[in-house]
Formats: sequence, structure tokens, C-alpha cells
Amino acid sequence: MTTAAVAVVAAALSLTGCSSSASKSASSSSSTPTASSASSSSSSAAAAPSSSSSAPPVRDPNTDLVIWTDAQRAPVLQQFAQSFAAANGISVSVQPVATDLQSAYVTATAAGKGPDIVVGATDWIGNLVQNGAIAPLPLTAGQKGSFEATALNAVTYNGQVYGVPYATENLALITNTGEAAANPATFEDMVANGQAAVKAGKASEALAMQIGQQGDPYTAQPLMGSAGGSIFGTKADGSYDPAQVGVDGTGAKAFAAQLAKYGEKGQNVFKRSIDANNAVSLFTSGKSPYLISGPWALEQVRKAGLKYAISPVPGFAGMGPSQPFVGVQAFYVSAKAKNTAIAQEFTLNYLTKKDVEEALYKVDPRAPALTEAYNDVSKTDPDIAAFQAAAAHGVVLPQIPAMSAVWGPLGIAEAAIVGGADPNTSMTNAATQIKAAIAKG
Amino acid sequence: MTAAPYERAARLSWPRVVFVGLVAAFAVLTIPTLVDKHSWTGVAISVAVTAILAYVYLTPKRIAARFLVPGTILLLAFQVYPVAYTITTAFTNYGDGHRLSQSQAVAQIEADSVLEQPGAQRYELSVATKTTDTSGAFVFFLTDPNGKVERGDASGLTPVPDSQVTKDQFTGKVTTAAGWHILTGIQVNGLGQRLSTFAVPTSGGFIKSVGLSEAYIGQFTMKYDAAAHTMTDTRTSTVYKASGGEFKAADGSGKTLPIGWKVGVGFKNFTSVLTDAAIRGPFLRVLIWTIAFAVLSVLTTFALGLLLAVVMDHPRMRGRKLYSSLLLLPYAMPAFITTLVWSSMYNKDFGLLNKLFGTHIDWLGSPWAARGSVLLTNLWLGFPYMFLVCAGLLQAVPQELKEVARVDGASAVRVFRSVTMPTVLIGAMPLLIASFGYNFNNFNLIRLLTDGGPYPSGSSTAGDTDILISYTYRLAFGGQGAQYGLASAISFLIFVLVGLITYGGFRQTRQLEEVYAR
Repeated sequence: MTTAAVAVVAAALSLTGCSSSASKSASSSSSTPTASSASSSSSSAAAAPSSSSSAPPVRDPNTDLVIWTDAQRAPVLQQFAQSFAAANGISVSVQPVATDLQSAYVTATAAGKGPDIVVGATDWIGNLVQNGAIAPLPLTAGQKGSFEATALNAVTYNGQVYGVPYATENLALITNTGEAAANPATFEDMVANGQAAVKAGKASEALAMQIGQQGDPYTAQPLMGSAGGSIFGTKADGSYDPAQVGVDGTGAKAFAAQLAKYGEKGQNVFKRSIDANNAVSLFTSGKSPYLISGPWALEQVRKAGLKYAISPVPGFAGMGPSQPFVGVQAFYVSAKAKNTAIAQEFTLNYLTKKDVEEALYKVDPRAPALTEAYNDVSKTDPDIAAFQAAAAHGVVLPQIPAMSAVWGPLGIAEAAIVGGADPNTSMTNAATQIKAAIAKG
Repeated sequence: MTAAPYERAARLSWPRVVFVGLVAAFAVLTIPTLVDKHSWTGVAISVAVTAILAYVYLTPKRIAARFLVPGTILLLAFQVYPVAYTITTAFTNYGDGHRLSQSQAVAQIEADSVLEQPGAQRYELSVATKTTDTSGAFVFFLTDPNGKVERGDASGLTPVPDSQVTKDQFTGKVTTAAGWHILTGIQVNGLGQRLSTFAVPTSGGFIKSVGLSEAYIGQFTMKYDAAAHTMTDTRTSTVYKASGGEFKAADGSGKTLPIGWKVGVGFKNFTSVLTDAAIRGPFLRVLIWTIAFAVLSVLTTFALGLLLAVVMDHPRMRGRKLYSSLLLLPYAMPAFITTLVWSSMYNKDFGLLNKLFGTHIDWLGSPWAARGSVLLTNLWLGFPYMFLVCAGLLQAVPQELKEVARVDGASAVRVFRSVTMPTVLIGAMPLLIASFGYNFNNFNLIRLLTDGGPYPSGSSTAGDTDILISYTYRLAFGGQGAQYGLASAISFLIFVLVGLITYGGFRQTRQLEEVYAR
């Protein structure tokens, strides 16, 4: 019996040795960049999950600072993290998370396996805060002042700053100037131009604006704002109030009437068959002279080699200017970070530098959130300035968790109206459902 | 020399030693981590499993147990535990906003409430220890904007004369201090949790570190009263009372604090399935379509598979191998890619189908067309499997029986109906039931092809092609973020439902077997 015990212990020890060395190299991560754009409205985008079964991401155990980001941004951030690491004598690992970064981060953080820093859109903040996943970042008054006002507002939640913004993004109108005139004064002018181009045989669609079977409130927001509609009312301090749902307000209903007017039973400009998968390609292939999209489409548009111009989304005639959502990409420090001090140092004192934000712009052309960096960049890149101009009347993409109750019902109502349903009852129904979901919350 | 029988049984074979060694290695690996996390149940389970396995495999008796125990442990770990966990979760409010425990939530609310004193100065910070070892106590050396240095510890601030320190000439940060070791950035970071909880009390609040070399004066704006279970906002003096897993304002304004915690809610998740109009309203419609979808999917795929198998089985059929491999192609492609391709083919204005046939069918936009589209795509995905199954089963039909029937004057149809079909059906029935169960929960197809749509106006919770599982998913994760409690309750109900249907199905099969066995 003693020999047996020795044999078992020996086997046990040798296997322990083997497996512990194997587990160190096991933390690989799949990086499959998805074709769909990284629209900041995570919940509204109809982008399909790229893989159905991938192991949940796990933090790299062997580095001093771990950053999680989406697959597209990871190689870019690796460079910056590397230079910060070299300057401070530490090791950094930037791990791409291919699918559903937000929920992967929340789950991993709760299990104590999350990263020190996560990069994401500011509409995540409400959910990350309610799950105790991110910690406030004490920016100095000077640092706060160095950011664009909307960018700072976007990372502020319940009076606290939770992230360091690095780029702002919003929708604009992109025109194929070979087919139609750029910068139309009103939505009606744009439709007339587009329909003329279709009549002349230059194009087959007057406008490429993604709607899809489920609707897309993010893409519809500029026009909804023009009609005076808003999703939430605001509190005295300017933050969104989940108790004031404006989806059945007069402005929203005025917008719904326009949706019906230009919908499939009307002018046939808004179509459910145009969705996140084909909107940009309709434009780049010349089938539509106008595209409503964001800076994430720029790369494809530039590659298509056509002459284009960027201008604000035109408002409806006799109504207000368009009001796109302004979303901000930001860095957050985990509430359960293993390296809080280094993570704070990286976000507060490194990312807030002008040359760092400019370098980030060079690899990912979105408007820097730091005013100084933006001023430099916009001088040389007119597209960035044009996108920024399109957000002149923009509104902050809501960070409150109640927003997740809005995307579904509002989108479906919009799609239904485009398909010919009654605008008023559709919006009223959507509002009822949204209010019920928020009340349940 | 021959060994006594009991000695022979006691002799250990190497595979057994390696197996028990593996188990012991696993225990050796996991126990330190579990002890580290104070997970004593985990330790107990790990020790118990190892002990049981070692006992069963290293003692001469218990031969039967050697075969039963591993399977039983795996069953407990991978079947019973998840089901039990799901059921216990169904009785909680676990989900977004209620993921933490109450003490974690309180700590997080307080931590999130720290605000920097408006207009207050910042300090250049150096962290120092008495000895080179960083595991002991540490202090802050703080340089204010005027260059004045103070030493801060848990009891407060003490002025430090300039003669005892040297400072960085640009920032003023203390670089050396008499009798103290100034820590490097990495060492400061290494203090981890101890650093983030360390605060130097001052008259108006406290001094906390930020980053590696900076400190600020902050103050809590939320204070927890552990005795009264209340949280007080010091700026507005609003009192929030803990109730039902969150802090609710006591002034009746209905305001709640953003971070809640996990609590038991009894049967609330189950009753809300029955009473909530948004859930109950479309439930029956969804259930009917789910059953119709699953039944029709099984029938259509089986019918097509069987038809093709019969055709291939015909003796005069040529190029059988080529056709068979072509027929298996849909099966060889990843289903989710095929589904996405079909989804784009159905596009009303730009899809392949309408272009090919010159039609204007709104495939995914009108209820019946969308249901048809779902079934058509599932037919494409599913028939190769049924073809394979039927081709195999046809081989099992006794040729003599067929010939006898034919000699007796039976027509080909009659032979098929009375000889071939019964044999095929008996073999295929369990697979058909399995296929039904699979399609009953065929989440991927619905999610990727239609995402439940189109939606009747006024209902965003259930679309016309939603099946129970996709509808549940939207209910649980669509409205207010992830609601695992509700999701668990509904999946438990679906579990019962599928269980009942499967039980009924198997009873039917048994009757069928009895009928044909006669």
C-alpha cells in the first residue's frame, strides 16, 4: 500500500508541474474583426454576433496592466500602452474581446477576472456603474476643462466623472458629389435631389439610411431631434430623467408623421430593406447619392474612391436642425482593478496628453475629445471638422440604464411606421412599453 | 509461485495509479486557490471527491462503484448542479443592477460618492515605508503647491521640515526622506487594495492617492448607517432606506440609488410570468408557433430527407455518391453562416430571391412570409441529417419481406407504406423526438434569421416568428439589461414543458414499437 501511495503522489506532483506551466500560455484570445461598424449604440445595431461559441475572455495574469477593448481597436492601443509601459518599466497587455465586450467585462469583473482598464462607448456607463464595475476618476479641474464640453458631459454620470474620453462620434450626411449636390438645406431638398438622381439613372435609391426590420433609433435620432422629439426629458442639472419618456410627445409624433410620409407606403425613401449590413455598400457602390452614417464608415467611403462631401444631416423644412446623438469612446478604470495606481496613472496622466490623443486619431480617424488635439487635427483633416460641425446641435447619447428599455420598442415602432403602420398609435404603444419596462426595472 | 486471490485484487494497475494521480493533481492545484478565496465548500467538495475516488480505485473491493462513481460525479457536476443553480437563481432578483452582495453594494456606493473638495489643491505624493519590506505600514509624503511637505498617516498630517527631505526640483515630489524608504512606482502599485483603502484624515475630509504620484482632498457624499440600514446623501440630506435589494428614498419621491444587491424574491419571477401583461399576452401565441415550428421543421426535413433517401436507394439510380455528397453540402457548412446568407437573400429590395424570381415578396416583413422563410431555411439546414438517417435505416429494411409482399401482389406504394415505413419509423422516432426538442429551442436560427420579427404593431416583446427561447431571451435581456432571475424562472418553465412533451413522445414511440412488434 505504501508503494501505491508513493506512486500516486509522484504522479500527482508531476502532473501538477505540467499543468501549471500549461495554464500560463492558455490565455489566448481570438481576434476576428467584424465587418460591421463599431456603432456606439451597442443595443440598437442589428449586427449579428460573429461567433456563437467562444470561451469567455480571461485576464492575462502575467502583466502589470491589462486593458480590454474591441478587436478593431486592440492593435492601435497596444502601441500606446507599449510606449507608456516602456517609460514606466512595466508590462502591458491589450486584449481584444471579439464579441459583446460590455457584458463580458461585467461578468469577468464580478468574478475578479476582469482587466484593469476597459475601453468602450459612454452609453455603457449607467450599466457599468449599477453593477459596481467601474470606479470614478478624479480628474483635476484643469483636465476637465481641456476636453470638449459634450465629451466631458458624456463621461459624467450622477455628478461623477467615470472615464477619460478620447474620441467623439456622431452621424452626418455623406454625399456622393458626382450624383447629387452636397449640403442640402432641408431634408425635403435632399430627397428631391436624390429622387432626381434616381430618375436620371445615376442611382437606384434616393437615400441610404439604415432602418432594418427592427428599426434603428440611433440612426433616426438626428431627424427625430429636428422634428422636436426627444427620448428622455432632462432634470434640472441637465442629465436625462428616466421618469420623463418623450417617445409619445408631440415632437416624436411629428417625426413619426414624417416617417410615414417618406416610408414605404409614401415616398419610399425610408425602407426597412436598408439595414446595417447594406447601407454603406449602397453608397460606396454608387447606388445611393446620400448616406447617413458616422466616422466608422469613412474608411470604406475613402476606399471606394468616389468624390464625397460631409455635411450635417439636414432638418425637415420648417422644423429645427438635426440633433444626432454624440457618443464618446472612453477609457474606464475597473472598480476591482488589480493595479489601480498604474491604471489611474495611465488614464489620467497619459491619455490626457495632446500628442497621445493625436496619435490615437492617426490610427483611428475619429474626432479627438481633447480640445487642443481636436484643433490641431481638424486643421489638416476637413472630414473630422465636418463631422464635428454636424454635431453642432447634437445631444449626448444617454448613459442611463433606462436607455436599454428604449432601443427595442422605439426601433420596432419606427420600422412599423415605415412599413405603413399608424404613426400615432405606434409611438403611443412604444411609449407605453418603455414606461412599463422602466417601472419594472 | 501464485498470489492469493485477495493479493491479486489488491495489486494496482498503472492506469489506475495515473488516474488517481490525475485526480490528486487536480485537488493539489485547486485547493490552494480555493483556500485563498476562503471558499470552504469548494475545499470540502474537492477533498471529498478526491477521497471518494481514491478509496474506490485503490481498494480491492468496490468493483461496481469504479464504473458508477465517475459517471455519477460528472452527472452531479454538469447536470444536477446547473439545474439546481438555475432553480435557486429563479427565486432571486439577480441581474444587472443586482449583481453584488449588500455589503459590496454599500462599499461601492460610498466609494462612488467620493468627490474632490471644490477648489482644493492637489499634492505631489511619495509613498514611504520604515523598512525596505512593503508588506508593513506605509505613510504619504505630501508636497503642496507651495512646496511645503507634510507626512500623512492614518492619524492625520504632521509637518516635515525641509531639512529632512530632498525634493524633485520641478515637481516638488519628495525623493528622499531621512529614516524612510521612498517606494518606486511599481512598489506603490503593488500595495494594491491597501493603497486604495488608505486615507489620511483631515479637517474637511481625507487625502487619497490618485495614480502613482498625486493625492487629492476628497470627502464622502454618501454615508451608510449600518444600524438603521440607511444611506444618507450629505449634500441634500436625503435618506435612502434599504429595501428589496436597493436603497429607496425615504421621502417617497421614488428615487433609488443606482447600485442594488442580490436578494431572494420568492415566487415573484414566476408570478410575473403569469400576471405581467407584456409577458402573458403573447405567451400563448408564441407557444403555438413554437410547437408548430418544431413539428413542421421535423416533418418537412424528415419528408424531404426520406424522399431523397428512397430515390437514392433505387437500384437503377446512377451517380449515387456524387448526389449524396452534394446533398450533404448544407450540412457541412456552419449553420450560422448559412443562416446569415439566407437572411440577406430574403431582403425585399436587394435580396437574391426576389431578384431571381422578379417578385416583390416582403419575405421577412410580413408575418406569414417570415414564418415560411424560417421553415424554408430550416428545411435547407436540416434535410441532409434526415437524409443520412433515412439512408441508413432503409438498409435495415429486410429485402425478403419486400419481395414477399411484391410476390403477394402488393403495389410499390403499398410495400413502402406497410413494410418500409414502419421499419424506418421505429428507428427514426427517437431521432425525430430529439430533433423536435432541438428545434423547440432553436435559438440560433430565429436570432440570426429574423430576430423574432416582424413585430405586430404595439408589441416589441414578441415577434411573429419568435419561439419561446428567443422570446425569453428578449424578455430577460432586452428590457432592463440582464435579468437572470426572470430568465431562470422562464427557462425552468420551458424545461418542464419540453420535459412533458418529450415524455409524451417517448410513450408514443413505445406504443408504436408494441404495435409493430406484433
